[in-house]
Amino acid sequence: MVESISIIAGINKNGEPEGFSRIEVIPGEIIGVVGPTGSGKSALIEDIEQLAQKDTVTHRQILINNRIPDPALRYDPKKKLIAQLSQNMNFLADMTVKDFLLLHSKCRGKDPGLIGKVIYHANALTGEPINEDMNLTVLSGGQSRSLMVADVAFISDSPVVLIDEIENAGIKKHEAMRLLSGSGKIILVVTHDPLLALMTQRRIVMKNGGVEKVFMTTREEMNLCTQLNQIDHRLFIIREMVRKGEEVVA
Amino acid sequence: MNLIIVAGTPGAGKTAVLLHAVKCIKEQHINISIAKIDCLYTEDHLRFQKLGVPTMFGLSKDMCPDHFTIYNLAEMTAFAQENDSDMLIIETAGLCHRCAPYTASSLGVCVIDATTGPNTPLKVGPFLSTANVVAITKGDVISQAEREIFRERIIEMNPGCRIIEANGLTGKGAGELAQCFTEAGEFSYDNDTLRHNAPFSICTLCVGETRINRKHHRGVLRHIDGVQTYRGE
Repeated sequence: MVESISIIAGINKNGEPEGFSRIEVIPGEIIGVVGPTGSGKSALIEDIEQLAQKDTVTHRQILINNRIPDPALRYDPKKKLIAQLSQNMNFLADMTVKDFLLLHSKCRGKDPGLIGKVIYHANALTGEPINEDMNLTVLSGGQSRSLMVADVAFISDSPVVLIDEIENAGIKKHEAMRLLSGSGKIILVVTHDPLLALMTQRRIVMKNGGVEKVFMTTREEMNLCTQLNQIDHRLFIIREMVRKGEEVVA
Repeated sequence: MNLIIVAGTPGAGKTAVLLHAVKCIKEQHINISIAKIDCLYTEDHLRFQKLGVPTMFGLSKDMCPDHFTIYNLAEMTAFAQENDSDMLIIETAGLCHRCAPYTASSLGVCVIDATTGPNTPLKVGPFLSTANVVAITKGDVISQAEREIFRERIIEMNPGCRIIEANGLTGKGAGELAQCFTEAGEFSYDNDTLRHNAPFSICTLCVGETRINRKHHRGVLRHIDGVQTYRGE
């Protein structure tokens, strides 16, 4: 059971110490990772994924529940810490939603009864209904992303979810994040989408291969996020009206 | 010297993943040589040479590239020794899924493309099942669920392997792969053996017969109904 993950500072590309000493994250927390291309975002994620023990280029160390993790955990592929959701992902498997979810739950040793729950929650995130007899490959971007989110929330075991640049997927972002954090996941969001970035409680700012600083989302940013979320919700409704061929009314 | 043998299906990203891993190894000041084996054409050796690594290449032409690799192991290790290398990486051409080019004292690395579908690990045979390290590529374009299913199928085929999720474009997994390379055991040419036998070369087609009519077939012939016969002297 993962109760906390700690990141202990290493060095940046110039060999200088990073701008923090230790970051502690707990299940349910949403934490942002921001910075330009090449700033070291991926290396940070990889350190967490590999449970680095000062043996990667960044010299960072990752602790689980305040202890050095068991080396077996590091290499057991079934116990991978991070599940990923990104804009580039597609379903390529040529099978129905039901068969696919059954196969995945079998692989993870989960109750096949879960699949109804997954489909129910996926439907709460998208405007276009998903049913179990649909073929995966015909799902729209929004339907696919919603199903991926619900699947990660209930079937994947990984305690950490990495959300990588989900920007215009046509899903209810706020609800998606709430579903994941509510199922006890630690959520890392790598994004420059203002709505997602401001939804986090903290942001890790990357620069030159190292963490430059970590700061709490301010009160003002939280208020702004609420406003942005209302706009996003409104856009979602308008998008559905356009999709259904309706005239958009104010 | 450490010997790393990298195999995988065509287009899986062997070269792309290796280029990133080689950069990581070079940073540790380990002197490496590379040999690239392909069938008909390759330019990949130029990409390795650009990194400043001594690289030789060979084309197997109409011979099985894995047989060709084995026949030329002495030349390739000699090349690495001339360059005072501590490590030799051989990248083979993936072809027919029937054999595996790994020798017992080398580190066997299988590069496999996750977008080829969940049944691929069941189809590719010994180059997956006898590998020490399996690098899964292109996992970034499929869903997390499909990744997990793909991973599970690999474990089914090769329960003891170390799985690395790699990305030839971003370099993800390169550090982890490089670390596996440096931890490989010592290679000894003299008494080493293949982990899995090479494909049988036992009929007249193997030695150049081109006529397709059944009356010309000689050797050990396996029929679609499973019956195996021998025709010849």
